[in-house]
Amino acid sequence: MLENEALNTDNAPLRNIYRFGENAEIALSTHDLHVFYGDNEALSEGDLEFERYKITSLIGASGSGKSTFLRSLNRMNDNVATVKGQIMYRGIDINSKEVDVYEMRRHIGMVFQRPNPFAKSIKDNITFALKQRGMRDKNKLEEIVETSLKQAALWDQVKDDLGKSALALSGGQQQRLVIARAIAMKPDILLLDEPASALDPISTSQIEDTLLELKEKYTIVIVTHNMQQAARISDYTAFFHMGKAIEYDETRKIFTRPKVKLTNDYISGNFG
Amino acid sequence: MNAKLTNKIATAVLYLIAGLVILLLAGLLGFILFNGVPHLSWHFLTSPSLAFQAGGGIEFQLFNSIYLLFITMIISFPIALGAGIYLNEYAKQNIFTTIIRTAIEILSSLPSVVVGLFGFLLVVVKLQLGFSILSGAIALTIFNLPLLTRSVEGSLKSIPDLQREAGAALGLSKWETVIHVIFPAALPSIVTGVVLSAGRVFGEAAALIYTAGQSAPALDFTDWNPFNAASPLNLMRPAETLAVHIWKINSEGIQPDAAQVSAGASAVLIIAVLIFNISARWIGKALYKRLTSAR
Ligand SMILES: Nc1ncnc2c1ncn2[C@@H]1O[C@H](COP(=O)(O)OP(=O)(O)O)[C@@H](O)[C@H]1O
Ligand SMILES: [Mg+2]
Repeated sequence: MLENEALNTDNAPLRNIYRFGENAEIALSTHDLHVFYGDNEALSEGDLEFERYKITSLIGASGSGKSTFLRSLNRMNDNVATVKGQIMYRGIDINSKEVDVYEMRRHIGMVFQRPNPFAKSIKDNITFALKQRGMRDKNKLEEIVETSLKQAALWDQVKDDLGKSALALSGGQQQRLVIARAIAMKPDILLLDEPASALDPISTSQIEDTLLELKEKYTIVIVTHNMQQAARISDYTAFFHMGKAIEYDETRKIFTRPKVKLTNDYISGNFG
Repeated sequence: MNAKLTNKIATAVLYLIAGLVILLLAGLLGFILFNGVPHLSWHFLTSPSLAFQAGGGIEFQLFNSIYLLFITMIISFPIALGAGIYLNEYAKQNIFTTIIRTAIEILSSLPSVVVGLFGFLLVVVKLQLGFSILSGAIALTIFNLPLLTRSVEGSLKSIPDLQREAGAALGLSKWETVIHVIFPAALPSIVTGVVLSAGRVFGEAAALIYTAGQSAPALDFTDWNPFNAASPLNLMRPAETLAVHIWKINSEGIQPDAAQVSAGASAVLIIAVLIFNISARWIGKALYKRLTSAR
């Protein structure tokens, strides 16, 4: 349970952001990130680092800016929001002019809250974007279909039915297909915005198992409003509140010994 | 009066109104079919019309209607598709697009006889295309374009943004996503819209009277060179359609069996339009099923 003595309400810091050591491999980092929808600042002071091959959870009440933050990490909000500050990936700011946004998104993939398979066959869902990028080799494509479906723990259920429409799959299967589709592009980083919130508990736990396996090869950042989920799967957790990253630390510490009162209030269910 | 009673009365009135509408429609259809179907025969469908004697058919008019519909769709579908894609996928909300939308709105409510006169003055006279299939097709395109554009736009709009985000998140460009993801997903509904508009175009008369003309010169169904005058494919020949033929017979027909020919032609027209409307739903559903279920 909570070790409340660590939490001195009066002197508690307003923010507490974890910094990785010199040796940590940082896959992605944000510096002084601000996001505006028109004049409305939905995110301020986003200042986080994401370590390679780890799962990082973003938690916080609804409307706290988690999606806004996540979606700026691969510029999904390009046409709706204004982003200020830096998002550093392999030494370049992804918002700088020389970055090809389409190329960048192949390195930083995203999975959304509601499963969004294309109205195509299971196989075409996975191969379509690869073919658009000029991959023609049939054997290679088939191999990628198999490996990515296996990684997403869907292969056994669909291997005899690859020509079937993806829309005929169940919600949980669709979401795993979407994950397979994302990893078929061989991204470095996978961003997921509440990927299991529309799913039943069994599908949810399958998705969680999938993510735990994927972490061997991918850096994962996941938004979730399910605190048990964050606690189960993530190595690091960031708590967002009213557009600010309030506290960022190892998941274990966030859930047992938060340093900021707001975090403690949130994880003990006092609001949110 | 209590709420229950009010509700009962309101429901009864609504049922009555709906029933009246259905009755009216059924009566109209029944009347036309009842009068027309007895005159239908293979001979009627496959023999040329006669101006002075009885026993004429609607062969050329029927072919003209179909050919004109085909040409109209070839011209108007690509334009409507492009405009619909632009309006739904690319256009920003600004004065320019507001003007375009308003213009489309106004165009779609323009009486077809006005479209016909405009086509006559611009295409037939000014551009000197004469009474021809081409002139008629251009007039019908003006008549058809606004509604078809809106129907394409509506079909695209019904595809959730989740699909666009899916494309973007895979590093596909907007164009790639629109063409390979959004368009195929919207296809069933687009096809439904196209077939429904085909029904409207097929039955249109007023826009054609002064553009495609009121005469149906004999066609030689063995000559498929579009540059020959008697070729069915010739675009520059006058081409009275079925709908125009019905109007003409009723206004100035001097055949002894004018009434029967008119009734028969009307029945054919109604049946064709019914087929368009019913098959629109059917094709749309079938396509959607193909896209969404096991293959
Ligand atoms: N497309 C948008 N346009 C305008 N405001 C938005 C948009 N998306 C989110 N917001 C606003 O930004 C704030 C943060 O929202 P969001 O990032 O979706 O929060 P969360 O994902 O944590 O629930 C909210 O106040 C929300 O209303
Ligand atoms: Mg959200």
